[in-house]
Amino acid sequence: MFKIRKENLNDLYAKISESMGLYIPIKKAGEVNYHVWGEGKEVSLETLKTVRSPKDAFFPQTENMMKFKTEGKNIDIIDVRDEKRPFVLFGVKACDYKAIEVLDKVFLMDPVDTYYKARRDAITIVTLACSKPEESCFCSVFGIDATAPCGDVTAWLDENYLYWQANTQKGEELTGKVSALFEKGGEEEVKSQQEQTKTILAKLPFATLDLSRFKPENLNELFNAPEWESLSEACLGCGTCTFVCPTCQCFDIRDFKTRDGVLRYRCWDSCMYSDFTLMAHGNSRTTQMQRYRQRFMHKLVYYPSQNDGLYSCVGCGRCVNKCPQRLNIVKVINTLGGKKND
Amino acid sequence: MRDVEQKMIERAAALLQNGEVARVVGWKKGEFYFDPAPAVFETVDELKDFVYNGFCGANLSKYLIKVSKNEGKTAIFMKPCDSYSFNQLVKEHRVDREKIYVIAVECQGKLDIEKIKANGVTAVTNVEENGDKVTVSSLYGETVLDKADVMLGKCLTCKGKTHQAKDEDIILHEMPAPANNRFDEVAKLEAMTEDERFAFWKEQLQKCIRCNACRNVCPACSCLKCVFDNPSSGVAAKANDDRFEEQLFHVIRAFHVSGRCTDCGECSRVCPQNIPLHLLNRKFIKDIDGFYGEYQAGETAEGKTPLTSYKEEDLEVSDVFKGEGK
Amino acid sequence: MIEENLIPKVGVITNVRKDTPDVKTFRVVGTDGKKLFKHMPGQCAMVSVPGVGECMFSITSSPTNEEYMEFSIKKCGCVTEVIHSMEEGSQVTVRGPYGRNFPVEEDFKGKDLLFIAGGIGLAPLRSVINYVRHYRNNYGKVVVVYGARSADDLVDFEEIKTEWKNEPNFEVYLTIDRPQEGWNDHVGFVPSYVKELGLDPNMTAVLCGPPIMIKFTLAGLLELGFDKSRVYTTLELRMKCGIGKCGRCNVGDKFVCKDGPVFRMDQLDELPDEY
Repeated sequence: MFKIRKENLNDLYAKISESMGLYIPIKKAGEVNYHVWGEGKEVSLETLKTVRSPKDAFFPQTENMMKFKTEGKNIDIIDVRDEKRPFVLFGVKACDYKAIEVLDKVFLMDPVDTYYKARRDAITIVTLACSKPEESCFCSVFGIDATAPCGDVTAWLDENYLYWQANTQKGEELTGKVSALFEKGGEEEVKSQQEQTKTILAKLPFATLDLSRFKPENLNELFNAPEWESLSEACLGCGTCTFVCPTCQCFDIRDFKTRDGVLRYRCWDSCMYSDFTLMAHGNSRTTQMQRYRQRFMHKLVYYPSQNDGLYSCVGCGRCVNKCPQRLNIVKVINTLGGKKND
Repeated sequence: MRDVEQKMIERAAALLQNGEVARVVGWKKGEFYFDPAPAVFETVDELKDFVYNGFCGANLSKYLIKVSKNEGKTAIFMKPCDSYSFNQLVKEHRVDREKIYVIAVECQGKLDIEKIKANGVTAVTNVEENGDKVTVSSLYGETVLDKADVMLGKCLTCKGKTHQAKDEDIILHEMPAPANNRFDEVAKLEAMTEDERFAFWKEQLQKCIRCNACRNVCPACSCLKCVFDNPSSGVAAKANDDRFEEQLFHVIRAFHVSGRCTDCGECSRVCPQNIPLHLLNRKFIKDIDGFYGEYQAGETAEGKTPLTSYKEEDLEVSDVFKGEGK
Repeated sequence: MIEENLIPKVGVITNVRKDTPDVKTFRVVGTDGKKLFKHMPGQCAMVSVPGVGECMFSITSSPTNEEYMEFSIKKCGCVTEVIHSMEEGSQVTVRGPYGRNFPVEEDFKGKDLLFIAGGIGLAPLRSVINYVRHYRNNYGKVVVVYGARSADDLVDFEEIKTEWKNEPNFEVYLTIDRPQEGWNDHVGFVPSYVKELGLDPNMTAVLCGPPIMIKFTLAGLLELGFDKSRVYTTLELRMKCGIGKCGRCNVGDKFVCKDGPVFRMDQLDELPDEY
């Protein structure tokens, strides 16, 4: 294990940026999100939850896919992807790291999404252990250890130091590039921080959420539960929960007419939107209740059914904090999971 | 506030029980003290989850568009600021006044949990309101904060404590009227140079994630189908493109609701990236005041509005364009 | 080298046949004049007009046709409207094949087969029917019941009249909703015709058509003693990617683009009613 004094972190960022891109939580116009690092940027590793998850580093909100040039009746297809420069995704929390595993299963499963794969292959992930979880966190419910995330490198931060532990070959390579800035040690400090954090984690109000009813065999029973009506009645049909969610992966593919042809791009879409399933001759989900139900059934039942029981919620709590009308997956779990009626 | 909540539950129960109304629109409790959600109550039994506290900042009036289409009368609890939106919806024939029973409720200003956390308090387990102080309990200890520091942005520029529509009220305590200095923030923007202002909005709007929460919560955005949701409009509002969507979506929306926006502040309350969207609307309100004389949308449910009526002495387009009001 | 799943190929339209007032069948090959890709009966492809949009269509020609693919397309939205305006030599983009096919090499083999289609619902079935005709000895008796609003709305009428009707051990029953001058065949809705025909419930059935037709025909088949585990249909929902990633064509935990579009009725019974 290595460590580096907090006041020298800027040197670490600069060193990484010499040969690779660096995505890191940066405060901009008052909000902390992942941005490309540059000298003078306000890095905020202390921020527990970036507004947007780090997923847009490899699944950007909008991504150009190809261009079409049309001349008369002829169509030319031009691949507009450029070579992906290797980059470091720095400061990924345990929940968001688990979310990457959830996304990988979707995009890298056969047939492979090559756009996603190109970016994903280019990333070295430096995770950051949590030391001050908050009330909206419930990663432990999904078996995630917030104090020891994986990734190519795991980092811990306390008042004085950032501690650094390489886990993979990619992580070793990155460590090799920056090791001149490091000194050895930190095992004791990390251990004591982990113990402290664990006592808080155990006390978190959502640590006892009961997921036992959310199983594939209860699919129809949960789908037909009458509670969806009251759970969803305040839903605005906005896309906040889906766009801040680290595991939401739905996208749209659209064409945009430019001066010299047609640009086909994909952009995040939301199952909460009324036109999500709209076809020329009908719509399979016409009410907000159906759309709301789709989102949570997907996280808690459909996805696990297709992925050996892995939930596609990681307990990051972003929807808990950001839903304009305070609806969220915890309310769904508690209402349909039976806890409310016990 | 507990006494107000108690009275509200009693009234809701009585109205439901004697059949005067078929449903009551209010707030129901969540997992914490600070996360109540808007809700419709149809039986006395459901009222066990009814809550009214400092975190009931949501404006419920827009829900009436949908809920009031149902059979029977709907009762709704309204804070003073919500009543402006309500009047505006009645004026625009989106809600039938005859089918609504308005219960005006006391409001001492609502709280913002994000602001509480911004004070360094985290793992919040409970919040208690004591006059102008707020006591926050968390897993890391207890903190006392000044209420004024943790109120919702929209409450800091409160339009006043008078309900503009009501059939009865539940007001048990005095509601001190705050100083209305809401145009100060606009004046600050106006004082900037064009370049500074452009840079300010560019930085703010760059944060937009296209979630449409601002539009969907806005009581003035009551179109059955928004032009931005029309596939043949050629615009994909959800695409995070840094040209049209970023620079123009919010400005077009502000134009579209100008003269009808009551300055309820919901757009800024719901924005996940805390973009001060209300400032766009407020600039229009200030301009309308300047160009046509003071006007507050939603003050009444009738009458003409400056942008939809013609007077001979109205400004010429060129005057408006130059920004030279009366 | 991983296959590019989202980047289409250019397809050239070499023939346009007007089947009905609102259905045209388009013959498509690659720019090299060859068939774009191999497929199996029931599989689909994404056809797109750049700048307008991309839609999923079932491939109506049989896999045994090694020269070209055909798509029977009904004019009902913005993309299909533009496609309908296209002529020989026009280009579109095509990617695929997507989805699971009918089990022609497994469950269908050696069985008596019943195909029931309504209107444009014949498009995916035509692929299987012609596949079965090509490998005629692998299958038993074939019965086709096909109905449309009027005689003018029957897709591929020429092929049915001149080829299918002359096939041995192959019965074709046509019906239209309302009487029409010059029509000497059956008149009436598909579900009631199916019941009238008193079909052998041991056949393996394939249904395709508007949801309302499927619903009542299935009820009729069950009355006749058919078992849901031997009745197949295809579903259609909004799709964007075709490879189970964009997240919109699911019914419960199944994606229509990847796990479908072919489903057995007993499989559909296990899924929530949201299609």
